[in-house]
Amino acid sequence: MLKGKALKFGDNISTDDITPGRLFHLRSNLPELAKHLLEDFDPSFSSRVKPGDFIVAGMNFGLGSSREHAAVVIKRAGVAAILAKSAARIFFRNAINVGLPVLICDTDKIGDGDELEVDLKGSTVRNLSNGAELPLGDFPDVMLRILEEGGLIPYIKKHGGFELQS
Amino acid sequence: MGKTLAEKILSENSQTDVHAGDIIIARIDLAFLQDGTGPLALRQLQESGLKQVANPKRVILFLDHAAPSPSQELANDHITLRQFARKSGTQLCDVGEGVCHQLVVESYASPGEVIIGADSHTVTAGALGAFATGMGSTDVAIAIALGKTWLRVPESFKVVVSGRFNKGVYAKDLALQLIGKVGADGATYKSLEFSGEAIENMSMSERFTLANMAVEAGAKVGLFPSDETTRQYLESRGRGNLFRSFRPDPDAEYERTVEIDATGIEPTISKPHAVDNIALAKELAGGKIEQVFIGTCTNGRLEDVAIAAKILKGRKCHPKIRLLVAPASKEVLIQAMGAGYIQMLLEAGAVLQPPGCGPCVGVHQGVLGNGEACLSTANRNFRGRMGNPEAFIYLGSPATAAASAIAGEITDPRELM
Repeated sequence: MLKGKALKFGDNISTDDITPGRLFHLRSNLPELAKHLLEDFDPSFSSRVKPGDFIVAGMNFGLGSSREHAAVVIKRAGVAAILAKSAARIFFRNAINVGLPVLICDTDKIGDGDELEVDLKGSTVRNLSNGAELPLGDFPDVMLRILEEGGLIPYIKKHGGFELQS
Repeated sequence: MGKTLAEKILSENSQTDVHAGDIIIARIDLAFLQDGTGPLALRQLQESGLKQVANPKRVILFLDHAAPSPSQELANDHITLRQFARKSGTQLCDVGEGVCHQLVVESYASPGEVIIGADSHTVTAGALGAFATGMGSTDVAIAIALGKTWLRVPESFKVVVSGRFNKGVYAKDLALQLIGKVGADGATYKSLEFSGEAIENMSMSERFTLANMAVEAGAKVGLFPSDETTRQYLESRGRGNLFRSFRPDPDAEYERTVEIDATGIEPTISKPHAVDNIALAKELAGGKIEQVFIGTCTNGRLEDVAIAAKILKGRKCHPKIRLLVAPASKEVLIQAMGAGYIQMLLEAGAVLQPPGCGPCVGVHQGVLGNGEACLSTANRNFRGRMGNPEAFIYLGSPATAAASAIAGEITDPRELM
């Protein structure tokens, strides 16, 4: 069970919004890159985000470049999960690979600052601020297992390879 | 039940009978990294404890996004990638060779292969009938070690393009129209599978442009059937022996069919800050721009340079425009020089940049100032993409770019052809 505060964004937050190309030279310096998380979109974001918070967005979160750094710096900021109406394919896979859950649900029922409770096993989000219960979309078993291990690297360390069929 | 192109390629790869929604372990025929995603991939590889590289001859490291290096940090990243290539026996394409996707189609990709690259525009090789898709650093790192990855077999959209392109209209205009119609997330996770008269008549260069932009509609792959044009291209590249015909079955099931009449398409532009935010060039005529960029994995090929050069020949770039040209590969540059195109462009006032990604990614070589606008032949116009969140990016064809450079403002290229 995860509990935290919603930080609300709109549709089409790109990987250029999260980790812009002008910071390309910081990609091997993740602590420094993390200080600039989403800054072109919201200059106060890296000081506003607290461990356990949720990023809540609309459609197509993480569209654009395959740069996994976008998912890595969100994870480093302590964000517990991303909740969105939909997520771009590469970002979705990257986030799971670094142990950051991306949960698909109707985020219209979540406002900025709302307190949320996420039950991953029960596949629901409860908005404690307005009482709304939001079902979560499901994703492939293989992703769930990678997420349960904390990401693809710990998964591979444990299993040595991909195990699809249980 | 018949199979789509995606189902055919992935069935053969996995040696099982697969359909959309199935999860498979795919054998990776080609895996690659670039200088923006490679260093993280190598750190993840080290962290994984995996020591082996499954198939070093089919792993490539490209130095193209920040090449030549604009900073000490990136120069050090380049050292890391070169050292890994030397130690592991993997292939290195160093500074000045060109953009990864162009080099992949020139020298590596073939029909029926499964290709993954740590770059979203890996989809470009779908034009050759390869199941080519972008992934992140960790996925590609593990695939480099194991020679495998997991894939979900995507549902497919059948994109039927009938008719013929009118003068001044190109694959880029079709790509932008398609994305405008489907939306930037309309094909998320899907395989876009192209067919129809206009598709059959397209050159390989135009097919690369269209496949390249499949990801801008959210797609996982953009696939063309491999045909006579594919075979001739592979033969011209010394890979004729690797040609294989892949076509979808007539009774394949598609999630959606999208029909476009090429005859009705006019020169098209994506406006800031979204690729699906399209308008006709004539509707935006007179729009303010300060920079024009011709290049990238979308439109930096010989045919693109030729289109621009022929429009600019004997004319001059408007004095307030900075015209930047970056050929997509060294070979494109050499051929463009041989054909006289580079001379025409330089005499018209262009600035020639080394083969590579140029200013597309916002690292260097043409970062925009506050309030400035660029008309670019690239594939993305997100806010901040070219290095400044206070700047504006319009996307269009090489013809639209060249005509706009001459006029000093956004221009429908048909007025100068």
